[in-house]
Amino acid sequence: MSVISIENLVKTFGGVRALDGLDLRVEPGEVHGFLGPNGSGKSTTIRILLGLLRRDSGQVRLLGGDPWRDAVALHRRLAYVPGDVNLWPNLSGGEAIDLFGALRGGLDQRRRDELLDRFDLDPTKKCRTYSKGNRQKVAIVAAFASDVELYVLDEPTSGLDPLMEAVFQEEVRQLTGAGASVLLSSHVLAEVEALCDRVSIIREGRVVEAGTLTELRHLARTTVTVETVHPLTGLDDLPGVHEVRPVDGRVRLEVEPAHLDSLLAHLVRFEVRALTSAPPTLEELFLRHYGDTANGRSASVGGTR
Amino acid sequence: MSGFTGTSRLVRLALRRDRVRLAIWVLGTPLIGYALAESVAGLYPNKQTRLGYAETAVTSVVARAFNGPIAGTELGAVVVTETYLTLALLSALLSTFAVIRHTRQNEETGRAELLGASPVGRYALLTAALVVVVGANVLAAGLLAAAFVGAGLPVAGSMAAAAAIGGVGVAFTGVAAVTAQLTVTSRGGNALAAATVGVAFLLRAAGDVLGEREAGGVRLDSAWPTWLSPLGWGTQVRAFGGERWWALALPVTLLVVGVAVAFALAERRDVGAGLLAARRGPARATAGLLSPVGLTWRLNRGALAGWAVAVAVLGLSMGVAGHEVDAMIADNPQAAQAIAQLGGGSELVDAYLAAMLGLFALTIGAYVVQALLRTRNDESDGVLEALLATAVSRTRWLGTQVLGAVLGALALMLLAGVTTGLGYGLSVGEPIGWAAELGKAALVRMPALLVVAGVVAVLFGALPRWSIALSWALLIVFLLLGQLGAVLDLPQAALNLSPYTHVPSVPAADLALLPLAALTAVAAALLLTGLVTFRRRDTPS
Repeated sequence: MSVISIENLVKTFGGVRALDGLDLRVEPGEVHGFLGPNGSGKSTTIRILLGLLRRDSGQVRLLGGDPWRDAVALHRRLAYVPGDVNLWPNLSGGEAIDLFGALRGGLDQRRRDELLDRFDLDPTKKCRTYSKGNRQKVAIVAAFASDVELYVLDEPTSGLDPLMEAVFQEEVRQLTGAGASVLLSSHVLAEVEALCDRVSIIREGRVVEAGTLTELRHLARTTVTVETVHPLTGLDDLPGVHEVRPVDGRVRLEVEPAHLDSLLAHLVRFEVRALTSAPPTLEELFLRHYGDTANGRSASVGGTR
Repeated sequence: MSGFTGTSRLVRLALRRDRVRLAIWVLGTPLIGYALAESVAGLYPNKQTRLGYAETAVTSVVARAFNGPIAGTELGAVVVTETYLTLALLSALLSTFAVIRHTRQNEETGRAELLGASPVGRYALLTAALVVVVGANVLAAGLLAAAFVGAGLPVAGSMAAAAAIGGVGVAFTGVAAVTAQLTVTSRGGNALAAATVGVAFLLRAAGDVLGEREAGGVRLDSAWPTWLSPLGWGTQVRAFGGERWWALALPVTLLVVGVAVAFALAERRDVGAGLLAARRGPARATAGLLSPVGLTWRLNRGALAGWAVAVAVLGLSMGVAGHEVDAMIADNPQAAQAIAQLGGGSELVDAYLAAMLGLFALTIGAYVVQALLRTRNDESDGVLEALLATAVSRTRWLGTQVLGAVLGALALMLLAGVTTGLGYGLSVGEPIGWAAELGKAALVRMPALLVVAGVVAVLFGALPRWSIALSWALLIVFLLLGQLGAVLDLPQAALNLSPYTHVPSVPAADLALLPLAALTAVAAALLLTGLVTFRRRDTPS
């Protein structure tokens, strides 16, 4: 049974359709990356999963229950790290950690101390004096020291330095090693690439791409740079070849994985001198869906394959 | 580039940021001044009544402590005695908060860092804050003088009185400039400056209580502690009683000294740092904190303690003043009528005590509103989201908040009744009996406070975005209906809108259980509606 299963979820705020038929599935024991720019509906989805917002329509199951109706029972089995952590200014960090842990139903004291040490967080400082990164650490320590089945992390590392980012990744691996599942919403593509078994890319309230990174790469074009003895011709007529452009006396092009073979057969006729081929990075995958929004939102809904 | 580069731009930024606050301050002060002057003029229309007032003001310990020294028997002197401390405290606190807002708060939030990276001088931020706040004080004082003149008071006295009040603001601008350098947080800076205001009040009260009546006149010569207090300096200007203009040099001197110290401190510290170390907290929570009830207590106990001190001090002094009511009222039929209208009943002292308890109930309504609206603030800040993502249900959370606010109000009302009773009882030689009686009478007001809690809960549940504005607006409506309703001869239907109208005015009136039961039922229905609507809605919204 899936840890999270969402089908055709719709949520509107006033006239704005924040979620527009979103599907999402997180399986037990996996780290699931949830990617999308600001305003695409990541936090809205997470808030519906936490029973904070009510869905307009669609099916949502969380740990086998209904996130709105069974909120309290489900919350004992999950831990949440919000993207923008706000705490009570006059409580110390240690007090805030213990409080969240207790309200969730208990905290592993040994883990807590170990995590404080690993994240290099001073628990005696008042929350009002913490930086954004340190407030985030408070929420992370409180969540990771709870022994739960699911961790819901909404951009948890946006304020952490690279050193702490590495610690964070190790700790997430430890959680999944112990059998927990993680939903990780993130902007940090390197982090997603390093941690996630599967990813879902969300755009304007619906998931436009989902699968393992290998699957996504397989569906995406490979970039090929080639240098030949004879001038290359006839590329435009080849099936599955796009974006052909000369670069420093070479030719760079993108090819759909299914047509890689026919491309190579074509290239050898011009005597290949050098050739590099790179699978798309996650960043390229991501930008493929959002590149047009960056240039003023063209009409096409990019990436629906 | 000098240390002051960019000051004028920052001044404009501050004006833009605070255009509403500053407008309310600069226009509100003269409006309040005008209204108070008019009402005092109505209460003491002739020499006879003013002489009676001045006699009490000079002799009564309570009047000396809470109104300051009276400068003579002119109408203006009475107006100043009645209005000075209200306006001076307002001006002190507004100046303090404004200075901190434009200095330390900017540093705390990192805005100062952003500004400091642009061509802005080291002193520009502080200088801009001072220019804005001193400017606001000067402007408010000018308009206040005009308001006093408009209310028919002599020009020289009006200017002296307004300058005295503006001077208090200027003096505390200097104080806040220093405290802004000391603490890391704006909260700390505000607290330190507000504590200075409190000490200034106590010093002035002590000096005025210890003062001596001037030989052959109706005027009080304050003792030396008053001269140590910036709040006292304004009274020493003696507006409308042979003005001593030189006393206005004192606040200006404090401003200059404060600014010099602040600049010297700013020179020696880093941006964002303070001179007082931030206090640390425990590394682990005690078991008492680890529940919604524990957290609610922890978050509210500071405010509750502050309220308790204020209520106890006010209760005791109102109670002691009860003894003087008879004497004061004998000379002044208008005041007698006003008290009878507020408190009801025939026995004037009972009416007075009932009116005081009614006022406490209204004021403590503000505690209820503030304590319950904390949940709305938590929702806006995102704290509520993190809380509700734990295994705490919405019902449990809001229920705990309501319980906390109501129990806090109960404690404060009880304290108000007991201290008022104690104060009055001490002056008539029967402290225990009166403390018990007024303690019980205070509890009779609780159902009205329950309704206030219910109203806030419904607004929070059903109209979260509007809940803060509407809650305060409704409380103010209740206050106006209670204070002005009878005076303005409003129809009973309008008065009935306020829950406070339905509370039997014990001890001036007999205890009636039916209205109390009805109020409690209404409160229960409101609270239930609040819970249900909150359970059904989105958070945050």
